[in-house]
Amino acid sequence: MRRIFTLFFMAIAFANCNDLDADNEAQVTIQFTHNWDGFVVDDTTFNSFQFQTANGENVSIERLRYVVSQLELVGNRNNNVLTQDYNLVDVGNGTGLQLSSSNVITGDYQLRFRFGLADADNQDGVYQDLNVASFNVPTMLGGGYHYMQFDGKYKDANNQDANFNYHVIRAANVSNPSSPVFLDTSFTVDLGTITIRNDAVIEVEMNVAEWFVNPNTWDLNVLNTVLMPNFNAQLLMSQNGKSVFSLGPVTQ
Amino acid sequence: MKKGVLLGFLIMVLAACSSNTPEEYEPIPYTLEIPTLFQQKLLPPVIPANNPLTVEGIALGKKLFFDNILSGTRTQSCAHCHRPQDAFSHAFQFSPGANGNLGTRNSMPLFNNAWNYDELFTWDGKEFSLEGQAFEPVTNPIEMNGNWQDIEQLLNNHDSYPELFRQVFGAGRIDSTMVVKAIAQFQRTLISANSKFDRYLLGQETLTPEELNGFNVFMDEAKGDCFHCHGSDNNPLWTDNQFHNNGLDATFTDLGLGAVTGDPNDNGKFKTPTLRNLVYTSPYMHDGRFATLDEVIDFYSEGLQNSSTIDPLMKNVNQGGVRLSAQDKSDLKAFLLTLTDPEFIRDPAFNR
Ligand code: HEC
Ligand code: HEC
Repeated sequence: MRRIFTLFFMAIAFANCNDLDADNEAQVTIQFTHNWDGFVVDDTTFNSFQFQTANGENVSIERLRYVVSQLELVGNRNNNVLTQDYNLVDVGNGTGLQLSSSNVITGDYQLRFRFGLADADNQDGVYQDLNVASFNVPTMLGGGYHYMQFDGKYKDANNQDANFNYHVIRAANVSNPSSPVFLDTSFTVDLGTITIRNDAVIEVEMNVAEWFVNPNTWDLNVLNTVLMPNFNAQLLMSQNGKSVFSLGPVTQ
Repeated sequence: MKKGVLLGFLIMVLAACSSNTPEEYEPIPYTLEIPTLFQQKLLPPVIPANNPLTVEGIALGKKLFFDNILSGTRTQSCAHCHRPQDAFSHAFQFSPGANGNLGTRNSMPLFNNAWNYDELFTWDGKEFSLEGQAFEPVTNPIEMNGNWQDIEQLLNNHDSYPELFRQVFGAGRIDSTMVVKAIAQFQRTLISANSKFDRYLLGQETLTPEELNGFNVFMDEAKGDCFHCHGSDNNPLWTDNQFHNNGLDATFTDLGLGAVTGDPNDNGKFKTPTLRNLVYTSPYMHDGRFATLDEVIDFYSEGLQNSSTIDPLMKNVNQGGVRLSAQDKSDLKAFLLTLTDPEFIRDPAFNR
């Protein structure tokens, strides 16, 4: 009996060893998807007034690009996988929607990234691909890069088409040019723990509607364009942005 | 036996000769001199792996670019509508083709095109790559109205071209693909990066207060807000090379990108032109409707026309435009003129 028990125990130990061996490397893909309260937002749903903000304005999306940075899978064995320093997602062009990292050791990971660029990374003109994409912020507003360029149209109070440029940048108050005030309004998004067992595709969802609500109900009739130099509008955007991302399905 | 040896020897000599005769000429690789600002701010230029730059290839491309041999009437070259003194554009609103017919689009300036990363060319982006584009004007009936078969024959029977092509592409019959490759090589060397504003950015020159204010108008979202499409100090191409409807018309006679993609949401969209060398590239817009920069600035200030595809960045269309003061308008123009590069149009490497 004892023997059998020992054998059994050994078998378990072996199985465990095997398990450890099997905790091999996987390919992990982060996929950015976009929706408006559940309805798909992509280039096929651009350019038509099919979305409505919490405040009641009908909206047509024409351009949606944003930067995420410091994207990492944080392992519980000090095995952080830095997937990308920064990445420009362009929903209309369908570029930057997928990031892959091979050689990810299976196990538990926390997925997190920063929306926009932290001040230390937000240096003027240093990223050639972002320069070429014309993603820069004018020097007069502190330079660096947009966090997001979200352009479209809304139906105004007279049901006329009007434009909005929901551009998110580091908040800047330059009304007194001799003492400008800047505030890093980029923020960390923590999507919780994911167990990687195999090659996996992790969906990161942006609910675009959330930019217009929670905690601040956004009135496009009031805040529509010239928001870059509007310090207060940048604070509101940053607050609303914190509920925009969530973890979608993980397939593996 | 002796005969046999002799024969063998002869064969060897002949073989040696024949392996030497179509003497493989190795063209000299050419490295583009990339301007400092481009090096700092931009991704590397697009040079296709199957058409590397060579000294001989560029020289051949230049010769072809200026040669009437590529037109049906043998009276027109690329340079007729892309003149070095006009920064490789044309001062006419519409340029007459070889048979005198007029098109409906304004000729485009040709420089810094190796930095068009999407490689979509012409106002509506219908041509892919500089090589691909160069096929088009040669046979277009309202442009050079040529026939590739005839042109290939002329080139193959020419007294100097066969040798020049052989040096670049090796032995073999000259064909249209070689022609467009050589022309594309020449076009990739057309670089303009020495304007007053470039030198200002490099710390070699100062701007007047008017020019500086004009730059601020260009960059200020509350004023001109031009930088979202037309580049900036950090994108010295002064274009995003993307397609937009900037509000010229309420209805479209020329659908632009829409005719290429078939998507009505693209109607009225045209490629953003570079703002370098505007002094040389008038008239302006895809149909050359504006003769002066003042007209262009007035248009952006109060002349915008609304339509369903107008770019949302044309934010004040319901008020006619960005409504600049007279001072801001004239300063904006002064700034735009600092993007002029006289050295580019005088460069002997680019002139016949
Ligand atoms: C009859 C006048 C004419 C001739 C000749 C001509 N072009 Fe053009 N070119 C034009 C016009 C007009 C356009 C704009 C066409 C359009 O948008 O449909 C253009 C556009 C271009 C462009 C696109 C530039 C850009 O920024 O997208 C290139 C490149 C070009 N031409 C090269 C050439 C070459 C090479 C030749 C000779 C093989 C040539 N052209 C001959 C009139 C001409
Ligand atoms: C939404 C993007 C966009 C913005 C913003 C914009 N432009 Fe343009 N610009 C274009 C496009 C697209 C064209 C070509 C339109 C056409 O021909 O149909 C153009 C054409 C021009 C031209 C004509 C150049 C030529 O060679 O024909 C000038 C000059 C110009 N823009 C200056 C400006 C100035 C100054 C501002 C700011 C007041 C500005 N643009 C804002 C997209 C834009």
